Amino acid sequence: GQSGLGKSTMVNTLFKSKVSRKATQPGREERIPKTVQLQSVTHVIEEKGVKMKLTVTDTPGFGDQINNENCWDPIIKYINEQYERYLREEILIARKRKIPDTRVHGCVYFVPPTGHWLRPLDLEFMRRLSKIVNVVPVIAKADTLTLEERAEFKQRIQRDLKAHAISVYPQEDFDEDPDDRALNDRIREKIPFAVVGADQEHQVNGKRVLGRKTKWGIIE
Amino acid sequence: LPSFVFFCQFSDSAGYVGFANLPNQVHRKSVKKGFEFTLMVVGESGLGKSTLINSLFLTDLYPERYIPGAAEKIERTVQIEASTVEIEERGVKLRLTVVDTPGYGDAINSQDCFKTIIQYIDNQFERYLHDESGLNRRHIIDNRVHCCFYFISPFGHGLKPLDVEFMKALHGKVNIVPVIAKADTLTLKERERLKRRVLDEISEHGIRIYQLPDADSDEDEEFKEQTRASIPFAVIGSNQLIEVKGKKIRGRLYPWGVVEVENPEHNDFLKLRTMLVTHMQDLQEVTQDLHYENFRSERLKRTGK
Repeated sequence: GQSGLGKSTMVNTLFKSKVSRKATQPGREERIPKTVQLQSVTHVIEEKGVKMKLTVTDTPGFGDQINNENCWDPIIKYINEQYERYLREEILIARKRKIPDTRVHGCVYFVPPTGHWLRPLDLEFMRRLSKIVNVVPVIAKADTLTLEERAEFKQRIQRDLKAHAISVYPQEDFDEDPDDRALNDRIREKIPFAVVGADQEHQVNGKRVLGRKTKWGIIE
Repeated sequence: LPSFVFFCQFSDSAGYVGFANLPNQVHRKSVKKGFEFTLMVVGESGLGKSTLINSLFLTDLYPERYIPGAAEKIERTVQIEASTVEIEERGVKLRLTVVDTPGYGDAINSQDCFKTIIQYIDNQFERYLHDESGLNRRHIIDNRVHCCFYFISPFGHGLKPLDVEFMKALHGKVNIVPVIAKADTLTLKERERLKRRVLDEISEHGIRIYQLPDADSDEDEEFKEQTRASIPFAVIGSNQLIEVKGKKIRGRLYPWGVVEVENPEHNDFLKLRTMLVTHMQDLQEVTQDLHYENFRSERLKRTGK
């Protein structure tokens, strides 16, 4: 997603750790790069004894230029390169027991909260990427939409995706059984998730919550 | 006979002629004639431009708005849509034209998206120049763009490349007033940081935005300073009335609270509106004396007149 949509904050909020370095940290030069770059950072995070090796790949420069034609190419190339790498290991006669898996398991796509429709760039990107990776579209900085606007926006996006035959995660084709389908249908009704990220804690009703404090209320 | 009586009424000292009354005459004439103002709004789709315009002028300039889907946007180039309303307040008539620029910044490749806008502004200058040089100059209609609100997205970290290119291309043709849209998406700290970033980038690129003139003797110096210090204005608009403490006010209702459009603690809307109405005259003057004159001298130099 474009710069400034809160991607790094969201990742940090999701994993409750400083996984991504925010572009707005003091002292860090924030310049929009002229071409799309791909930056991967790997962390090992642990919870209740369970370890996870999490790799977050950021794409600064995506969608930020005046001419954004083909800005998805570096991303498609990167994803295919990981598949290539895995395939090469997999087809070896003497292959490793645990093949290092650098394939991209999920791609969260941040849609700006305009409240209108998906933009041409959003459609083009999701159309191409949903064919090679699990795309999870997300409405970024959703605290700018009222509940009504949010519902309308989601509906329009769902219609747009259907109209262009864009299959986002969870894809209907992979529903395993009726139970699976029922669960996934409930998720599909809510897509794209409208989210807000925060890395600051505030006091609300005696509890500490992550949120954004404004003059008109605290968004949790 | 009436003028004799008039002079007698006011001549309480030997050196008094009575032309101190001129401003009143100008005022009366102006009120009768009415005022014209053309405001252009530029910014990506979905930044709340139409809602803000409706909030500013308390009218519904776009009653039956159709928002095109992405598929249509792919085909479209930037359009110019001018809507004119005649609004009246206490007997003073204002013929307000709002020039909207749908399609700006929407395409994947926005390389040429402001060519259409530049052309429009130049065309208005051209038309005025033609009328001004004509034989019958009685009823020149001034459709020149007096002010351009440029909407900056609150979701970025400052100006985008397109914002910089646009402002650099247009600061010599129109008064640019940068506005940070949908300001309710920012906390106070984020807002201040963004404003500072935008101002830094504007000065870094040598962009000339509209400068508020110094306060006149009868104006509030401190208020002027406060207004100047708030630029770029971070604003919110709304077409909905919400009930707050027994009153119906324009605002946005969220699960976590109500954002009030006209609450100075929530956003700079009032400052923007006040600035616009108290500077309509100045905006027109700067357009006439600076931007139009630049255009005119360029044009005349080119045709070798």
